[in-house]
Amino acid sequence: MLEIRNLHVSINDKPILRGLDLTVRAGEVHAIMGPNGSGKSTLAHVLAGREGYTVTAGEVRYLGRNLLELSPELRAREGIFLAFQYPVEIPGVANIYLLKAAVNALRLHRGEPELDAVDFLALVKDKLRLMGMDTGLLYRSVNEGFSGGEKKRNEILQMAVLEPRLALLDETDSGLDIDALKIVAGGVNAMRSPERAMVLVTHYQRLLNYIVPDQVHVLAQGRIALSGGRELALELENRGYGWVEAAAGQAGGGA
Amino acid sequence: MNPAADFYRDAFARVATTLPGSELPWLRRGREAGLAFFAEAGFPTLRQEDWKYTSVAAIEKSRFMPPPPTANGVAPGLIDAWGLAGTQRLVFVNGRYQPRWSNIDPLPGGVTLASLAEVLERDPQRLEGVLGVLPAGYPSGFAALNQAFFSDGVYLDLAAGVALETPVHLLFVTTEAGLALHTRNVVRAEAGSRACLIEHHVALGDGAYLSNTATDLVVGQDAEVEHLKLQQESLKAFHVAALDVDQQQGSRFVSRSFALGGGLARVDIRVGLNAEHAACTLDGLYMTDGRQHSDHHTRIDHARPYGTSREFYKGVLAGASRAVFNGRVIVQADAQHSDAYQANRNLLLSDNAEIDTKPQLEIYADDVKCSHGATVGQLDPEQVFYLRSRGVGEVDSRTLLTFAFAAEMIGRVDMAPLRARLEKLLLGRLPERVKELV
Repeated sequence: MLEIRNLHVSINDKPILRGLDLTVRAGEVHAIMGPNGSGKSTLAHVLAGREGYTVTAGEVRYLGRNLLELSPELRAREGIFLAFQYPVEIPGVANIYLLKAAVNALRLHRGEPELDAVDFLALVKDKLRLMGMDTGLLYRSVNEGFSGGEKKRNEILQMAVLEPRLALLDETDSGLDIDALKIVAGGVNAMRSPERAMVLVTHYQRLLNYIVPDQVHVLAQGRIALSGGRELALELENRGYGWVEAAAGQAGGGA
Repeated sequence: MNPAADFYRDAFARVATTLPGSELPWLRRGREAGLAFFAEAGFPTLRQEDWKYTSVAAIEKSRFMPPPPTANGVAPGLIDAWGLAGTQRLVFVNGRYQPRWSNIDPLPGGVTLASLAEVLERDPQRLEGVLGVLPAGYPSGFAALNQAFFSDGVYLDLAAGVALETPVHLLFVTTEAGLALHTRNVVRAEAGSRACLIEHHVALGDGAYLSNTATDLVVGQDAEVEHLKLQQESLKAFHVAALDVDQQQGSRFVSRSFALGGGLARVDIRVGLNAEHAACTLDGLYMTDGRQHSDHHTRIDHARPYGTSREFYKGVLAGASRAVFNGRVIVQADAQHSDAYQANRNLLLSDNAEIDTKPQLEIYADDVKCSHGATVGQLDPEQVFYLRSRGVGEVDSRTLLTFAFAAEMIGRVDMAPLRARLEKLLLGRLPERVKELV
């Protein structure tokens, strides 16, 4: 589904990603871990199409297409969803309008008719229950005055409504207490399916107790330094990131 | 002597006998005093601090003519389309009251609601102290011309304790280009009374004309008055409006100004919190495009203690348009415990649009709470990216965010039919796709 080859990305001429390779197949859940500043969030944002990043080398193919030449909205319509680390507040735009605009943009892109109001509301209410959210949140402005936990839940609610093919979750566990984390993880787990892939970007392995990944990758100095299974995350928790960085530094020096 | 003086003196000589109250010596003297003041002062110039961003040279050059005393026809269907449900409606066409298109339901006792011309006919002494003199304190060339030429307007008087529950819709229609219209409204709300007025300016066609209107409002002790304004003049029109408010003890006044039309629009709102515990709210939304110019000047005078003022104006500027916001707040030495807040936020949708925003706080008392802030900006790129990352196109995202910015001011209008009208007007500026979203 997603193939990243030798990706180099800079922000203001400062290289952040330096030759990243990653292959994600349908049905898989990948965790990208790494210390602060290793480029985890950059990867998520570049895949979603945020401006301000310069791809200096490499390629990203998504469902066989060159992802990097698509606008953010086209990527979304093609099934990519980014759950933001810091969801943006949009005063004056009600949550339900954003959901409706997004759902209909996707349906239009797929050549499907728009959902009528009744079907749309039924769909949204179903997902609200999944996320343990109150209907009242639909009519509040997007993320405005939401608590940290509510914002993260709102991201997963949008994901549940939009049913992406490739979900990118950027530090979705940060700022969540254990109860909120369980609800968010429950929402994500309910969406695991053979057709859908997920990439979890996270600093701590805590989230992975609840969303068990198929593969764990450790990002250091702008590339994947180490890949493994679930047990790699536990090892990182015990030993920290220092040894991976040291190893990556040696490898990088030798290259 | 200013160069326009002869032109207006001649014009006055031609129409003087057709103006309401022309047989009243005190009013004749008042009108001539206005003309004399104009001959001295002329139109404001860019050299005057209050007019430095707004040139009215084009008005001076245009030589707009006073309208003929008989009104031109307006299709009743149009009047209905502009009308607002659940209101007392007074229609003025080219500055003259039109009873046949107006609709005044039976009024509660103690309410006088009529055209100025009618009151000058029936009961002129009610108006002698108000219309016989130039608007106090702030004479300008426009006020002077209004004083000389005013052809009609509304007179609303509320006796003590009377609540006029039905809002009063003042619909000013201009039917042709080339006219100079001067209208004057007088509102007296005695102690404990309550009323809501909607001042609404529209035009047939897209011609150039001058609409120069002045409203004089006294809000008595503990009285409550709301003044809502919807300015939809033609895109070539010149709209100059003054609103002078005298607030008494414990009174409340709300002004909400929606300036959407006009090639050049200038609004002056001056509120005197002239007794203790008076409170005012001034809100506004100006939306400009093309080469429109929209200017709001507000002046709130905290003259006595315990006054509260709240000001919030928003602007959305597109094309090569320009807007001005000047918010002056004066807290007199005697006005301890005053509480004033002012905010002005502007969205510039184009590199060619320009806003001049200027808060002006003059505080002479020491125990006061005053704050102000002004922002000028483009749409927040984080918000735009967030919407796009959900599949909403870039143009739609920007439009949706612009709508949300403006809609906040519309949401503050309690009067449902006007709020609905404003929403419709705002939606009318959006592409079809985005209309479906909101």
